[in-house]
Amino acid sequence: MSDITRSTGTQLVKRGLAEMLKGGVVMDVVDPEQARIAEDAGAVAVMALERVPSDIRRDGGVARMSDPEMIEGIKAAVTIPVMAKARIGHFAEAQILQALGVDYVDESEVLTPADEAHHIDKWAFDVPFVCGATNLGEALRRISEGACLIRSKGEAGTGNIVEAVRHLRSIMGDIGRITKADSAELFDWAKRLQSSLSLVQEIAETGELPVPMFCAGGIATPADASLVMQLGAQSVFVGSGIFKSDDPAPRARAIVEATTNFTDPVILGKVSRGLGAAMPGLEIDTLETRLADRGW
Amino acid sequence: MKVGVLALQGAFARHAAVLTDVGAAPIEVRTPEHLSGVDALVMPGGESTTMSMLLDIAELRQPLVERLARGLPVFGTCAGMILLASAVADGRSDQESLAAIDMDVRRNGYGRQIDSFEADIDVGGGLPDWDTPFHGVFIRAPVVERVGDGVEVLARVDDNPVLCRQGHVMVASFHPELTDDRRIHELFVETA
Repeated sequence: MSDITRSTGTQLVKRGLAEMLKGGVVMDVVDPEQARIAEDAGAVAVMALERVPSDIRRDGGVARMSDPEMIEGIKAAVTIPVMAKARIGHFAEAQILQALGVDYVDESEVLTPADEAHHIDKWAFDVPFVCGATNLGEALRRISEGACLIRSKGEAGTGNIVEAVRHLRSIMGDIGRITKADSAELFDWAKRLQSSLSLVQEIAETGELPVPMFCAGGIATPADASLVMQLGAQSVFVGSGIFKSDDPAPRARAIVEATTNFTDPVILGKVSRGLGAAMPGLEIDTLETRLADRGW
Repeated sequence: MKVGVLALQGAFARHAAVLTDVGAAPIEVRTPEHLSGVDALVMPGGESTTMSMLLDIAELRQPLVERLARGLPVFGTCAGMILLASAVADGRSDQESLAAIDMDVRRNGYGRQIDSFEADIDVGGGLPDWDTPFHGVFIRAPVVERVGDGVEVLARVDDNPVLCRQGHVMVASFHPELTDDRRIHELFVETA
């Protein structure tokens, strides 16, 4: 019997789980039955929440962490990782989610923010966090706070991919420009991005974010998944896009296949056939609340 | 030597980068045609349920079973190990195994993400270059609960094997692609 010292809750094991989720689809589910459909369709993880973003948008009011009983039910229903959302800045909700044993906490703009100035200090947790970002500065501030996975925000609950594309292009574009900047310009980049110089220097060296970056907000079709993967996302989160469509199971599976084969238009054409109606979409200009504006 | 990396889902890009580092030419494998062009294969970590489903959709399972039967050198980490094992506990009832190595594994046997850990492990088996421990990263890792007589156990955590090989099949329950130590990939490429 060997005597081995184990370290838990380290950056390596937190970021490591995000590495394992790459090239996959994380699906929003509201009950154990949906969780099983998601797992059957090949989801790499499920996001347990009480209402999908399009319903949160429709209902209005304050959106909070889900009932622990509901999260437990979903944990018991599937073998894949289970994520759950806490409100921005609501570290008590995050503490509860950690105690429940969820595998990833999403500090999410889809819920109503609890703090107008502070995000959660994510270094204080053993459970890893994913956070949304609309631009590179926001992503780096979340990483400074301890986020181990970034998702471009898009505009959740709209079925409209345009905001996701805007955010991905902004993040990837700035990463590309930083890799071409000289060492003196990096100081200015850090100032403009309101980010630490060391993170900017790291990006200049590696040409990528220090943590994986996935895409969320508005993905409704296999082609949407391919689009954002080709723009640099490493996995996709699909919220309302699956269970607000006509026939969720085949659509979920098609989006999984599209994410694996995102560069192959022949396969994409094959999996896009006969899926029934996608979720109803919303024009961004008509929205009362822009969820992506939450957080800073 | 052309080393394929099964690229259906998971940490395949990390494995490909390490393989390049150790002088192998990595090829991403997503189709039967890709598979037929490789001399060895790495099956990465990720979600084994997802990968298992995608193996069927891509019509890769049967050609893979045939190549394995003909001695294709293969290295499976974490989910890759689960797919290669002869029996899987706590998996899905429909999860089909490739049965390429004589061992039983329990999915997520070390617990959920909160129990994921890193630890220095001693690698034995009289291999050269193994006088210092290997830093293992275990992510929702599977536990090896039984190995057959033909399986060589190269490392253990407590009582459970974590690095094993049997003939042309090598498996690890941890993730050597997430650290800078190249010895395990070198071992695989050398023996393949």
